[in-house]
Amino acid sequence: MNALELNGIETRIGRYNVLHEVSFTVPEGGVFVLLGRNGAGKTTTLRTIMGFWTPHAGSVRFRDTEISGLHTSVIARKGVAFVPEDMGIFRALTVAENMTLATARGQFDSARLDWIFDLFPALKTFWNTAAGGLSGGQKQMLAVARAIIEPRALILIDEPTKGLAPAIVDAMAEAFQEIARDTTILLVEQNFEFARALGRDMAVIEDGRIVHTGSIEAFAEDTELQTRLLSLSV
Amino acid sequence: MNQTLNRLGNVNLLPLVLALIAFGLIGSPSVWLTLTIAGLAMGMMLFLMASGLSLVFGLMDVLNFGHSAFASLGAFVAATVLAHMSGWLGSESWVLNLAALMLAIGVAVLFGLIGGFLFERIIIRPVYRDHLRQILITIGALIVIEQLIFVIWGGSPLNVARPRFLQGSFVWGNVSIETYRIFAVVLGVMVYAALYLLLNRTRVGLLVRAGVENREMVEALGFRVGRLFIGVFMLGSALAAMGGAMWAGYQQLISPTLGAQMMIVVFIVVIIGGLGSIEGTLLGALMVGLIDNYVGFLMPKAALASNMVLMMVILMWRPNGLRPAVK
Ligand SMILES: Nc1ncnc2c1ncn2[C@@H]1O[C@H](COP(=O)(O)OP(=O)(O)OP(=O)(O)O)[C@@H](O)[C@H]1O
Ligand SMILES: [Mg+2]
Repeated sequence: MNALELNGIETRIGRYNVLHEVSFTVPEGGVFVLLGRNGAGKTTTLRTIMGFWTPHAGSVRFRDTEISGLHTSVIARKGVAFVPEDMGIFRALTVAENMTLATARGQFDSARLDWIFDLFPALKTFWNTAAGGLSGGQKQMLAVARAIIEPRALILIDEPTKGLAPAIVDAMAEAFQEIARDTTILLVEQNFEFARALGRDMAVIEDGRIVHTGSIEAFAEDTELQTRLLSLSV
Repeated sequence: MNQTLNRLGNVNLLPLVLALIAFGLIGSPSVWLTLTIAGLAMGMMLFLMASGLSLVFGLMDVLNFGHSAFASLGAFVAATVLAHMSGWLGSESWVLNLAALMLAIGVAVLFGLIGGFLFERIIIRPVYRDHLRQILITIGALIVIEQLIFVIWGGSPLNVARPRFLQGSFVWGNVSIETYRIFAVVLGVMVYAALYLLLNRTRVGLLVRAGVENREMVEALGFRVGRLFIGVFMLGSALAAMGGAMWAGYQQLISPTLGAQMMIVVFIVVIIGGLGSIEGTLLGALMVGLIDNYVGFLMPKAALASNMVLMMVILMWRPNGLRPAVK
């Protein structure tokens, strides 16, 4: 059983066809990386999986159930969590309130909360302060913490290292490694080093089309491919 | 952070500043006190009529120009109930007086809840996310509801009975304050407190506040904001009906154009206060109520324009209003 399977997804936003026949398979467990240039369609892919956009063709299968066309809240309750590019923090609410909303019933599993405080100690320090006052890195920690406060099967994370200091990026990488032990992560990332340290399989999207899939290690060794697809060199 | 808090504090003090300036201009303390209480009473009724509009916009970006139709509906329903209760209203017992008034308000609230549900399902639902159509269809609905009221209650102004215990005034030295106004202030404060607790001390309130800030994220956490929205819409309509019922007793004469008349002032209140927060709405409502009464006394001819001027001045200073919700 795969964690996620996209097949021939076509997503239209307004009059524009943004995704064209997007297909890829995310195996259960570990980190799967989706790479692509700015404007390639990475965020749109995640938003389509999450149900914010309904594809007009194709299928999205989450653990063998079709989820395309379902309401976002229903997809979330099935065990899919989303960490958006802008982090989606409720700034007027406290860190604690942000976290409570991420639980289904408003109750914390204390062992899990302790685990999160170990991963991100800043959240404990600022537990009762308004989340709007957190730094960018702390907001990103809160966004990830919300996604893992209850066990989920799949977490979609959109560019979590954007604008973060190297020390925080390292902490984030450690946290992801730990999370990925019992959860599948679909990670959108521009920082290839970060992605490479974590990921196993990957796909590259370009102009709304999947142009490459394979293992991260093979991709890391093929500089010619990298330059062609991402115009980056490692 | 400190500076922001400071500024928030200052904003909350605006009604007080206004009252102090008016005190200087009016001169006579007894006249000032009468006008201030009248302004606060009017402000509290405006708060009831406007708070739902602000939350509905905050949560779903829905512009409902038909909101004040519920105030009008509440006013007429309450007037009808009161007209049938003349025995209790005129009774020597204030308990019976109060029971009659509460029954009238209660029936108005019930109509607000049911009307709000139907309005949301039939009128609002097809036009989520489309502001232009929202404006057109809700203004249309306001006109239709006004015409329905015209058909049911007739075109001539309707007298509204006041319960005996709220007739007359408290006299205190040379200050005289209408009892009804004090009642309006007390009721308004109670409703505000209840709303505040609902929003700040319950999980549903937490969801509403989060939804006002970022609806998509609330859905991504597994909640149906659409269902929450119907509840908020019904509550807002019921509060408007309650405000309308109180307003009817305050004016003692109502006509079917009430909804259209209140529409503008209700929008001024939420725009001054900042959309999406009940704290802002309360602030806007108090400012409008006070200005209306002060200016009505100092320069009767300018009373109508005063609220518009207030809105323009505030928007020039703070384009999002005094205390908008975080978006
Ligand atoms: N809401 C929208 N309305 C119109 N066009 C959109 C919308 N969202 C995305 N697009 C378009 O779809 C294409 C893909 O955008 P998307 O945000 O998915 O790219 P991305 O790969 O996430 O880019 P980035 O790395 O900059 O975040 C772009 O051309 C973008 O302009
Ligand atoms: Mg993106």
